[in-house]
Amino acid sequence: MLHVKNPGTRIIPGNEFEHMDREWVPSDRIIKTVCRILIPFIQIYALYVVAHGDFSPGGGFQGGVIFGSSLILMAISYNLKTLMKRVTEKFLSIFAATGVLIYVGLGVLAMIMGGRFLDYSMLAPLVPWDPGHIRALGMLGVEIGVGIAVMAVMVIIYVNIVSEGRHDEGL
Amino acid sequence: MKFLGFVIVCLTGGLLLYGTMDLPDWGDPASPASTHLSDYYIEHIMEETRVPNLVTAVLADYRGYDTMFETAVVFCAGLACFLLLRDFRPKKTGISAIFPRV
Repeated sequence: MLHVKNPGTRIIPGNEFEHMDREWVPSDRIIKTVCRILIPFIQIYALYVVAHGDFSPGGGFQGGVIFGSSLILMAISYNLKTLMKRVTEKFLSIFAATGVLIYVGLGVLAMIMGGRFLDYSMLAPLVPWDPGHIRALGMLGVEIGVGIAVMAVMVIIYVNIVSEGRHDEGL
Repeated sequence: MKFLGFVIVCLTGGLLLYGTMDLPDWGDPASPASTHLSDYYIEHIMEETRVPNLVTAVLADYRGYDTMFETAVVFCAGLACFLLLRDFRPKKTGISAIFPRV
């Protein structure tokens, strides 16, 4: 029960009331603003690293880690609830499994098309406009799968460790 | 007991260091890896895969199985983290958070 001097005032339960625990410190405005501006660029850079994995240094693992760290930066600069509202646990679990399934699925698809497992050259009929680069395209697909899996797993590990598995409070 | 652990750690470290003495030097052109594999990759990757990045070609094409199970290992790490740490009980509040019931 709250006792207020002026009984006419309506107390609006805002966002701040949810975090009345001892350890929570509100984030600085500078940190919030800088991270809000920075996060989209980090994510675009992560997609760049994944997409250019077969022509320049980079690839699925690196791009996935960069993308995951951009999400972790959001959790650090705001709070964990902000992240978990945008990226739910179901989303993360499905994406982690989807990444592995894309990889295995490409391998199985090559088997169905008549080749050996992960033999990308057998996928050539699927891209009739550029069959010469089919191995590069197959690698790109595989790297995308790796990137998705690594991104989701990074966030899963961070969220579980930082909140002791409760997904409510934490760094 | 601590001393015994120290001795075991020293012995294992010494064994590992002794094992590295048989490894070829870094960048040794006469090492087995440089005489057979690297040459093949450098000469054939462009015509076989049409990917200018040798590292990705080896990682995702020639060593596709390895990378696939690396991804599976990363997935298993996330799964293990979830299974070990996830706690669906509500957070303790009030006095029981400071003095937890045994």
